[in-house]
Amino acid sequence: MLTKRIIPCLDIKNGRTVKGVNFVDLRDAGDPVELAEIYAASGADELVFLDISATEERRKTLADLVYRVGEKVNIPFTVGGGISSIEDVDILLQNGADKVSINSSAVKNPQLINDLSAKFGAQCIVVAIDAKQIDGEWIVHLVGGKVPTELNLFDWAKEVEKRGAGEILFTSMNNDGTKDGFANEALNKLSTELNIPIIASGGAGSIQHFTDTFIKGKADAALAASVFHFKEIEIVDLKRQLKKENIPVRL
Amino acid sequence: MKIVIINYGAGNIQSIKFAIKRLGYEAVLTDNVEEIKAADKVIFPGVGEASSAMSKLIDSGLDTLVPTLKQPVLGICLGMQLMCNATEEGNTKGLGIFDVNVVKFSTNVKVPQIGWNQILDLKTPLFSKVEDNAHIYLVHSFYAPICKETIAVADYGIKYSAALNKGNFYGTQFHPEKSSIIGEQILRNFLEM
Repeated sequence: MLTKRIIPCLDIKNGRTVKGVNFVDLRDAGDPVELAEIYAASGADELVFLDISATEERRKTLADLVYRVGEKVNIPFTVGGGISSIEDVDILLQNGADKVSINSSAVKNPQLINDLSAKFGAQCIVVAIDAKQIDGEWIVHLVGGKVPTELNLFDWAKEVEKRGAGEILFTSMNNDGTKDGFANEALNKLSTELNIPIIASGGAGSIQHFTDTFIKGKADAALAASVFHFKEIEIVDLKRQLKKENIPVRL
Repeated sequence: MKIVIINYGAGNIQSIKFAIKRLGYEAVLTDNVEEIKAADKVIFPGVGEASSAMSKLIDSGLDTLVPTLKQPVLGICLGMQLMCNATEEGNTKGLGIFDVNVVKFSTNVKVPQIGWNQILDLKTPLFSKVEDNAHIYLVHSFYAPICKETIAVADYGIKYSAALNKGNFYGTQFHPEKSSIIGEQILRNFLEM
């Protein structure tokens, strides 16, 4: 049976992890490779690296990091942040990334999804969507939720699927950072109306939140950062509890 | 031991190379016929769309070579699918090594299947030291139905072939190079055949 995936997300700046992490067993708290290895060994199903560098050398720094992660890590990983062309994707895949995630560049140029999907295959194209619920309507936002677009979440998600995305990573800006749980109503609607996997993001604070997003939100995977980085939730404990609730997981 | 990964421009080859290196071996990427023929183990990778991958294989002239190889050959993901008779994806004729036609998952499941599923009814030394219901990582929209060459079964709305074998040819629908410790064991089993 296909299992539900648990995905820690690492924010990267200039080749280093950004958000503080609280791992006593880390020799170098800023080294994404070491952190990735620990997550892979502790039961993470996949990893996401989100690059927020804004320097001129960012492309090369990120490609180097991807290479070093690929050398060490025996589970799949996705790389996102600032990807806007076939060349960007080519470099990352050649260095060992399994998937790439695109966000703003897809909104600005939706044809990019078709182009990437045709060239590299739908299986490695994740489209990330950040959305905020305003007066009852879910509106797609850019730049980490700061800039609203005219797009409705569900319309955009359907277009993204039609254009050849392999997966959607949906982050609710209303829930992100709250630790009050995932946006399960919107997730459920996405998962029911679309026929590609949906990754839930934004709001994880407790083990119950993961149970809820898999059952109520019908999510295929759940992504979180701080609850894992600060060891508020151990992945193995999380998976044991999910298994008790009859949610299929890899243990 | 000489391990080659067939390089025909269709596949995320780097991660296979890394996985082999983690097991203590080195693999060479090549499209050179003599080098492939002389290797002890051959890996035939593939990701992306079937008809364009097959065109690349034909353009490189390797489509006639692969079925004639005598040493252990491992096709991974699309590589395995191209070793079958044909695939529905892009109406593509395959290499005809495995006597089965690859078809698309029905729409009562999400397509592509992405993530960790379980394998069972394991046969052949490829799965030595691997137990039934072990988890492996898959990403695919098309599958090979169960046939006489099936050596591992997975279930995604329907039971299908997670791996195939005929003589010296092996194929896995899953990615051993991305399937954690289980995948490493399977890859090691292949390399040490």
